[in-house]
Amino acid sequence: MSGARGFDRKAVAGKFPAPEREVEILVIGAGPAGVAAALEAARDGAGVLLIDENPVGPGLMGLDTPLWYGGRYANVVRNRTAMVERMLAANPALGDAFEAGVEIELGVSCWGAFVAGPGLASLPCPLAGLADEQRSWMVGFERLIIAAGARDVAFSFEGWDQPGVMGARAFQALIQTYGAFQGRRLAILGSGELALRTALLALSQGLEIAALLEVREAVQGPSDLGEQVIGAGVDILVGCAPRRAAGGPEGVERLAVSRLDGAEERTLICDTVVEAISLTPVVELLDVAGAALRMRPSLGGYVPASPDGAATSLPGVFIAGDVVGVPGGASLSPRAGAASGRRAGQAVLASLGRTASIEPPAPAVSSFDAVAYQQAWMRALMATSAASVIICQCEAVTREALLAVRQPAYLGPSSPAMAQRDLGRLLEDGPPNPDQIKRLTRACMGPCQARRCREQVAIALAWASNQGAESLPLAGYRAPVRPLPLSVLADWREGKAMAEDWDVWFGIPTQWVPYADIGTEREGLYGDLLGEGAS
Amino acid sequence: MSARAARASNGAEVVVVGAGVTGLSAAWWLARRGVDVLVLDKGLVGWEASGRNGGGASHYHSPLFDEEQRLWPLMDDLLGYSTEYRRERVVFATNEGHLRNYRRMAEICRALGYRVDDLDPAQVRDFVPLAGADNLGGIHLRFGGHANPQRTVQAYSWALQDLGGRVLQHTPVARILTQGGKVTGVESARGILSCDHLVVAAGPQGENLLSPLGLRLPLASARAEMIVTEPAPLMPVGGVDGNGLYGRQTLRGNLAYGGGPHEWVEVDETGPPARPSTPLLRSLARRVAELLPGAAHLRVIRSWAGIVENTPDGRPVIERLADPGNLTVATMSGVGFGLSPASGHAISDLVVEGRCTFADIAKLSLGRFSDVPEDWRRSKGWLPTTHAEGRAAMA
Repeated sequence: MSGARGFDRKAVAGKFPAPEREVEILVIGAGPAGVAAALEAARDGAGVLLIDENPVGPGLMGLDTPLWYGGRYANVVRNRTAMVERMLAANPALGDAFEAGVEIELGVSCWGAFVAGPGLASLPCPLAGLADEQRSWMVGFERLIIAAGARDVAFSFEGWDQPGVMGARAFQALIQTYGAFQGRRLAILGSGELALRTALLALSQGLEIAALLEVREAVQGPSDLGEQVIGAGVDILVGCAPRRAAGGPEGVERLAVSRLDGAEERTLICDTVVEAISLTPVVELLDVAGAALRMRPSLGGYVPASPDGAATSLPGVFIAGDVVGVPGGASLSPRAGAASGRRAGQAVLASLGRTASIEPPAPAVSSFDAVAYQQAWMRALMATSAASVIICQCEAVTREALLAVRQPAYLGPSSPAMAQRDLGRLLEDGPPNPDQIKRLTRACMGPCQARRCREQVAIALAWASNQGAESLPLAGYRAPVRPLPLSVLADWREGKAMAEDWDVWFGIPTQWVPYADIGTEREGLYGDLLGEGAS
Repeated sequence: MSARAARASNGAEVVVVGAGVTGLSAAWWLARRGVDVLVLDKGLVGWEASGRNGGGASHYHSPLFDEEQRLWPLMDDLLGYSTEYRRERVVFATNEGHLRNYRRMAEICRALGYRVDDLDPAQVRDFVPLAGADNLGGIHLRFGGHANPQRTVQAYSWALQDLGGRVLQHTPVARILTQGGKVTGVESARGILSCDHLVVAAGPQGENLLSPLGLRLPLASARAEMIVTEPAPLMPVGGVDGNGLYGRQTLRGNLAYGGGPHEWVEVDETGPPARPSTPLLRSLARRVAELLPGAAHLRVIRSWAGIVENTPDGRPVIERLADPGNLTVATMSGVGFGLSPASGHAISDLVVEGRCTFADIAKLSLGRFSDVPEDWRRSKGWLPTTHAEGRAAMA
């Protein structure tokens, strides 16, 4: 026999307001894959909302978010209207999607995706958190297609923490999406497909290339691309690493380079160093939503677990484009991205019971181990640069401090006991865990949300632990996956239910009764005080 | 096998199940007393709610309050590691109802012999420059404070190791072994580990561990969430509460705040479920921006969530049982971090002396729950509840 079921007014159930709007299909990211997915999904008359965070405002660009722009954007990025026009001109498929009835919102980011799962039953429906520069809001969806693309894996060397050192994906975005790249002469790190394509893009824009640097002893990318680059008169220096970028108030002016065998140092004159070593899929929304991820070295790192390159472990959540995986650490071609997007759109329609035949997946196009290549670069840079190099720019954590598990500088000098602690002793207690090291050193804990250091921190830890980086767990992503001001993230229109029963803690009346009064007639005096301020 | 592992394979004088803040503190206190102690955890030290909380250390309601206040200013020196402890708290109001509550809280603390100053709105802003000019005033606790939970749990773990104690991570405990009315050890992922005394400080999992022994520790677990901003300039007082929030400014400058509704969850033998953040972080962001208008432009850079257990009355259990007599049980019912220096002291007293030497904790015994009905969680509504069920109940 059981009594009536009670209800805890202090619990969250029933309190989340209905989303501002509900859409049948929400697509995040309007690159080739996202646009193709939206077009495909809209063919059968489904309601499709396609959002893209570009054009990104200068505030976020200055934080190297979402890409590693390295300060090399022209002032025109402040002109939102001009940027939207350039985006539309650069991406004619957006116009096609608009014609096909897809609703498009630009300058809108997705900072969180929330679906029911173990321990989460309180959502009114699957939700995405969206934001522009003024406010945030929630959108309910039946199906979500995440086409969030890939971002640059950054590597540290002396002087990398100044304007002019940036990532290849950001370089591509500033050129192709914004028409706002502000640099003239580049040094490019890497010689894989990503670096060679970056070089060809630069040449097509009339930019000068001082050289490509490769830590391995041979050019890594496809030979036809290599021949095009070399044929254009560009040097590819193999067995070489950057030692030090130097410059002035506006950033990089030159890059000292040396051979890894110690011989020969030379200086490249350049205003920009583009790190074009590897991309990695932007899986942050998937991790926040609780999707299973797995390490796939040939696809650039952690990717969503997916049986078919479209579905994920979460019902209703699909993926398309570079987020599925970047073969060999390089972006999919626009054509392959669009094909991936079409397949995601078809898979979504099929899951909604609408007629759709799903194209077969494209065969894997690269056997290049991108994570091994990332590690080769990291090892080379660790060998050629001082341990005092900053590895986490936001929190000013050096590589040395990271591997010594040193407490952050704002705590002052270490105690004698703390001075005895290092990674080696921590490893006696268990395998390396990037999240644990983050907590102790503050690496990866800054406003760029670890976009510039997440992978290199993991690789450095793996190296110091005599492990491959592919064996380390992924440091968790947390919402909001864009750094949003409190006033923007705030729910200024939350429901009455949320406000009325809000309490500091659980609101258990007996919890805060002073001990001496427990079991006395005074016990009832504290019911209204609840947990206010008791911390 | 290393000497360390070989010793571990045999157990210890005292085995502690749970490397949360309570179990670690207990083990540290035991190690200080020269006891051979071994802490077991299913994962990493302090990985659950112990490392995911507001870091507050001002718990006037607790019988351990005096000891909490005595110890915190000493903890960095005693442990040998920084906990980032900062003294004192300011609690200030943005509405009249809150102000009444805070003034009353001040009276309770004064009656216990602790100094609390009333603050007018201008004084609030002296201590909390990010507060608004339209705040209604508040109180300044000249005691208590806050520390960094993540750094503190690791400090306990390292400090107890420095004293010869041991911690085995990634070592879940499947069951407690007994013979002739005594606990003999535990069956763990690393085999059987024997002990003379067992401390169960396993958070949400305590209930499942104890029930095969016929011991009833009724617990319900829920997820609580917090948000963190980018750093702000350091304020004179870092422990600042109000507007339905608890939180702190870290020494780095970040604002970390929580509060508001929780979600009840089920915990199985492997531990708590996933700990997602939810759209609740928008309601938290709003309240932080209201409490600290000077911070409204700061960017929220992460959030976190922890799973905390509660007893039916929300009060701790700290008891050395009569039967088996070599078993000590502890849960702090969702308010464990700040009290940990004192709770560990109390537990070590129970293990070594058989009684708490510095405070009366008799009202925290397990026996008070012997009459709690089987379906207590259901009747309180402390069960996972869907949005639709919640809406229906509120209608």
